[in-house]
Amino acid sequence: MAISKKEKKIKSNNQRLTINDKRLNIDVPYTANLANLKLSKSEEKLFPKQLKEIIGYVSKLEEIDTSKVEPIGHITGLESITRADIPAPSLSQEDALKNAPKTYNGFIEVEAIFEEQEDF
Amino acid sequence: MNNLDLTGLTIKEASQLLVKKQIKARELTQACLERAHDLNKKLNCFITICDAVALEQARRVDELIANNQKLSPLAGIPIGLKDLFSTAGIRTTAGSKVLANYVPVYDATVVARLKDAGAVFVGKTNLDAWGHGSSGENSDFGPTLNPYDLSRVPGGSSAGSAAAIASGACIAATGTDTGGSIRTPSAFCNLVGIKPTYGRVSRYGIIAMASSLDSIGHLTKTVYDNALLLNVTAGQDNFDATTLPAVVMDYTDRIEEGVKGIKIGLPKEYYEGLDKNIKKIVLDAVKVLKGLGIKVVEVSLPHTKYGNACYYIIQPSEVSSNLARYDGVRFGFAREKFSPEAKRRIILGTFTLSSGYYDAYYLKAMKVRRLIREDFVKVFKKVDVLICPVLPTLPFKLGEKIDDPLTMYLSDIFTVTINLAGLPSLAIPCGFINNLPVGMQVVGPDFSEKLLYQVGFAYEQETKWYEQRPKL
Repeated sequence: MAISKKEKKIKSNNQRLTINDKRLNIDVPYTANLANLKLSKSEEKLFPKQLKEIIGYVSKLEEIDTSKVEPIGHITGLESITRADIPAPSLSQEDALKNAPKTYNGFIEVEAIFEEQEDF
Repeated sequence: MNNLDLTGLTIKEASQLLVKKQIKARELTQACLERAHDLNKKLNCFITICDAVALEQARRVDELIANNQKLSPLAGIPIGLKDLFSTAGIRTTAGSKVLANYVPVYDATVVARLKDAGAVFVGKTNLDAWGHGSSGENSDFGPTLNPYDLSRVPGGSSAGSAAAIASGACIAATGTDTGGSIRTPSAFCNLVGIKPTYGRVSRYGIIAMASSLDSIGHLTKTVYDNALLLNVTAGQDNFDATTLPAVVMDYTDRIEEGVKGIKIGLPKEYYEGLDKNIKKIVLDAVKVLKGLGIKVVEVSLPHTKYGNACYYIIQPSEVSSNLARYDGVRFGFAREKFSPEAKRRIILGTFTLSSGYYDAYYLKAMKVRRLIREDFVKVFKKVDVLICPVLPTLPFKLGEKIDDPLTMYLSDIFTVTINLAGLPSLAIPCGFINNLPVGMQVVGPDFSEKLLYQVGFAYEQETKWYEQRPKL
């Protein structure tokens, strides 16, 4: 099955990254936005260089051949830990709201995400 | 006993005096509280000091003792709680402005267990915010200072816990260790610190940093004290599915067994290029153990040099996920309040997990992690425990490494590999260089904490470094 241009791009991104690779130029504003973080002016100036250095440092892992290695899961080997599906007491509604900055009628109040719209 | 004598006690000594009714829990608690208050402007060990709670806890213990109730060895013992541990009704900040006003409505499992054992909570200790740091300088509430030298760092991220014990403001304290955050401050402050096996102690209610690496432990003055605390905190917890059903033994039982015939491995990658003074002091410690009957074997952990890179991919990735919950809507303040270090780690982790980079970074690191763990598993077929330095340097000066994040991250080279492998490690004092404490770590296979204590105890009783105190 043919792979799309987008898939090809992602695949090539996953290949070896070298220290001078332009892919190490992490797009800081884009990534900060993904993480819902607003940066100050000084952070916008400082972070690209610092992060590029760190990414350069951690990129040395590509020296190792891991083609035949499975990624590790739970470190001491636990699997499928379950408990009986029996409901039990948890936080009361009052407790759950204790730290909310804005509450209304037993609900946490949030900023509007939809705008009011005229009926058609 | 005067206040200084009281605050200088170990858990073992204090417990015996309390049981014999020679001291009261109230006076021991008051002595620690006074010390905590007196020194806080200078050392900044505590974000919150819990006078009322502590005195009430002490009062209850005194009542139980007066009624001749049999109590845990921790009853009446003043301890500090790293401010990542949720304490119902007591502010818990994670060292960050984001949670400056957060008051949990429940106790962490470890906190509940310590409460049940009758421990007294002196206060919530200072830390690098969210656990992000190896020095104690990244707290949003100001840095903590090293009681042995006020111009130097006490190590992090459990900085306040270490400085509080070393300065006599509490007798023991809890900590967390994701990349060395118990072992580093223990080494810098002449204390014993345990990073237990991943899953030995419940993480429930402890503000998460990197969930596959976080290990819950504690710092004490002596090895025996440390074992006493693990007896209370260890064990399976229904609220933490990553805890092991493995049986909790009495870690103090036969702690004085000795080390005859125990095989100790020295991994060469931890000693090559090591500062020659630190190397000498650790190898001198190994010589002491040789005199007690151990056998030394040189071993190799070939993937050691990739440990730090591996860690600084996995940890920020998991941090970016764990810190996503701080939305300022359900609790705490808005994300603008994150400090630069927190933001850096979140952005780094978001990048390494993002589409197009996940395979090259996070997935790759999880494969390398398997190789690092396998190095240890192979080596433990030949030896019983390993001995390694904790840090490549002495306690450094405040401000020395703070300007360049990467420089700070390089302090972690000897500690992070143990977290990646999930293994237990006991940091114990092994001497002083220029009056600054140096520590070493005894590393063992999964769930070998009892053996680590045995080795640590044997060495400690020969050298008694804990008798040295800072001149405050």
